[in-house]
Amino acid sequence: MGKTILTVDDSRTMRDMLRLALSGAGHTVIQADDGVHGVEVLEKAGVVDVIITDINMPRMDGYGFIEHVRRGSANKMTPILVLTTESEPAKKMRARDAGATGWIVKPFDPEKLLAAIRRVSP
Amino acid sequence: MDPMEAIKQTYFQECDELLLAMEEGLIAMESGEADSETINAVFRAVHSIKGGGGAFGFEILVGFSHVFETAMDLVRSGKLDPTPDVVKVLLRAGDKLSDHVTAARNGGSDAVDDAEVKAELAKLTGEDPEDAGAPAPADFEGLAFAPVMIDIGDEEPAAPPCPIWHVRFAPHAGLYAKANEPYLLIRELGMLGPIEVTADLSKLPDLSALEPDQAYFAWNVALKDCPDRTKVEEVFEFVSGDCDLEITEEKVEAAAPAAFAISAPGLPSLDDDDEPAAAPVAEAQPEEKKAAAPAAAQAAPTTVDLIKQTIRVDLDKVDRLVNLVGELVITQAMLSQRILDSVQQGQTVSAGLGELEHLLRELQEAVMAIRTQPVKSVFQRMPRLVRETAAQTGKEVRLEIEGETTEVDKTVIERLGEPLTHMIRNAVDHGLETPAERVAAGKPAEGTVKLSAEHRGGRIIIEVADDGRGINRSKVREKAIERGLISPNANLSDEEIDNLIFLPGFSTAATVSNISGRGVGLDVVRRNIMDLGGRITIGSANGKGSKFSLTLPLTLAVLDGMIVAVGEQTFVLPLSHIIESLLPKSADVKAFGSNGMLLNVRGVYVPLVSVGRLLRVPGAKYDLANSVVILVESEGVGRMALAVDAIVGQRQVVIKSFESNIGHIDGIAAATILGDGRVALILDIDGLVAGCREGTGGRPTEYQQALGA
Repeated sequence: MGKTILTVDDSRTMRDMLRLALSGAGHTVIQADDGVHGVEVLEKAGVVDVIITDINMPRMDGYGFIEHVRRGSANKMTPILVLTTESEPAKKMRARDAGATGWIVKPFDPEKLLAAIRRVSP
Repeated sequence: MDPMEAIKQTYFQECDELLLAMEEGLIAMESGEADSETINAVFRAVHSIKGGGGAFGFEILVGFSHVFETAMDLVRSGKLDPTPDVVKVLLRAGDKLSDHVTAARNGGSDAVDDAEVKAELAKLTGEDPEDAGAPAPADFEGLAFAPVMIDIGDEEPAAPPCPIWHVRFAPHAGLYAKANEPYLLIRELGMLGPIEVTADLSKLPDLSALEPDQAYFAWNVALKDCPDRTKVEEVFEFVSGDCDLEITEEKVEAAAPAAFAISAPGLPSLDDDDEPAAAPVAEAQPEEKKAAAPAAAQAAPTTVDLIKQTIRVDLDKVDRLVNLVGELVITQAMLSQRILDSVQQGQTVSAGLGELEHLLRELQEAVMAIRTQPVKSVFQRMPRLVRETAAQTGKEVRLEIEGETTEVDKTVIERLGEPLTHMIRNAVDHGLETPAERVAAGKPAEGTVKLSAEHRGGRIIIEVADDGRGINRSKVREKAIERGLISPNANLSDEEIDNLIFLPGFSTAATVSNISGRGVGLDVVRRNIMDLGGRITIGSANGKGSKFSLTLPLTLAVLDGMIVAVGEQTFVLPLSHIIESLLPKSADVKAFGSNGMLLNVRGVYVPLVSVGRLLRVPGAKYDLANSVVILVESEGVGRMALAVDAIVGQRQVVIKSFESNIGHIDGIAAATILGDGRVALILDIDGLVAGCREGTGGRPTEYQQALGA
């Protein structure tokens, strides 16, 4: 039942919170701290069930990471949820244009997070 | 620990790192050296602090960081020019943010007055300061999670019956490209209430004309028992813009029968959660997904971890390791001594022992290195201090920092903050002149304070230098005489006069300012540094500035010491304090005062003290003239000769503090275990000097005179 979920966030706090919420729900969590690292981790991990990524990150931001994944990696068809405190439509639209499947507004409660995952992954 | 509590700890640790990165970035911006990545990093730091703060409900912190973040967002997007004035506001905002984090860490008890800075930030962003703190506008998603009343009571008065929602949903190709899945959306609708689904296949072309990445299907869904339109809309939130969506409401009469049937010819109900309903969708997608499935299964058990090269370890664990290695060194020393005592010289066993000792020494150094940290963690607090002190005193100050990556033991770093803070304040408050005075003296209006650190000879040297007015020696001398610290006719060198400012109760400021503290003077700084086993010296040039140099040991765990015998006891003298050892002639020893002694060391008289007598060691020789004398230097007031029975040797010893067990003992710093297993006390030279200064009735004045004689 558990899915393999990659979380990409430069904040250790956020990574820990995601891990807590996701592994608590029986998912396998793999983590990366920015877009570049996310790409590296995905290369090793292969296809994952869901990717959750932050937008503002050093080296490669969330937009760049999503574009990279969508442009033709093994995870081209993997649902990607964007994690952002920004509720402005512009940021969401930009993430969507890059290929994001959906978004989660921080701060999230675990239930909301799991509901968003359910909405994008069987 | 509660996992959330653990994450909160992580959050605060991370905040410290982020605040540091933020400050570095802001300082780079101040000096005009910031590239866009630096500015981005500052933005991200504020952003992450806000994000985590929100998760823990630190609303005040979130409110402030939101305004700050907005301003940084404008700067990074080029809409706000980071002029010096703007950066000044940002720096102050950074300081406030740091205060907010501290307040949140302390449970939010200490309120932070951020109104002024917030208003200035709002001025930059053009936001209404009243609005500015308000949380981001409630999100659509947030609304949808309003609690739903669950009341299953049958007697509920006739609530308006739920309408039937007719949803027509026609995905565009873009929906699939973003990995959205109509099946999941329809399933989601099914969670809101019973649904009936019909697929509209009318757009499906002939196979020859079928483009695999195009969207041909549409669905009509009828949903019952869902009172809330927003809940229906929310299901399609992620795909709005990537599909045609129509939601129409069919009013249902109160008396409507419970039976609910919408014909769904030829299609199974989604209630069965049957895969076939999604099958057409899967077909419309590229093959990749199926092929990828086994790969995913394979990858699942592998945990791809962070590539980071650091780990966080409890300090206690490191300390245990340090202690164990210390014990190991002692045991090795004991063992080798016993073996060497019992075997013939030149046997191979002694070569092996030498090798073992060498390896152990290396192991010990490696373990000690775990505890070292760059001085950066202390230095990073100084820019803010300089800014605040400069603002309070109306001075213009530039802080230059060098060597912040120099590493030193964590305990040293922890105890360095206070003296350094004092010295920096002192440099800005007393060292530097006002801009007007500086210009009058032909200097740039902006003063410079330079803070630097470097390794030199197994110790760390930290210097605080200013280009201010320097020490006014005649004024210092006057003051010292006035306070009775020196006699009016004392003949002091420039260096000795400079050192007078370290005497307790000395303050050169005409009025005690609230910057450098009330009554707390440089004597406290010196005490702190001495407690760390370090020393402080001062250099000054009139009109050009002054420079304070701190010399500190790299670690408080080991010490290079000279082992001496006194009566039945063995003592360790810290090598850092020893100048030389000598065998005095009886003619060189002179009585001084009631029971004091002086030793003539090449024409200079130095107070002479018998360690045996001072500490009342049983069996000690009291014949000073036949003792071995070790000339030591104490901080501040100068040299002293310590008489001991014999010198045993010189070696590195592991410091074992006993203060937690038997409290502080004047003149004794700590203990150690020697190679033969005996415990030896490590003498606290400065404490000894202070102690016998009283014992011999001596005062600094007299020592100074004695020195000058």
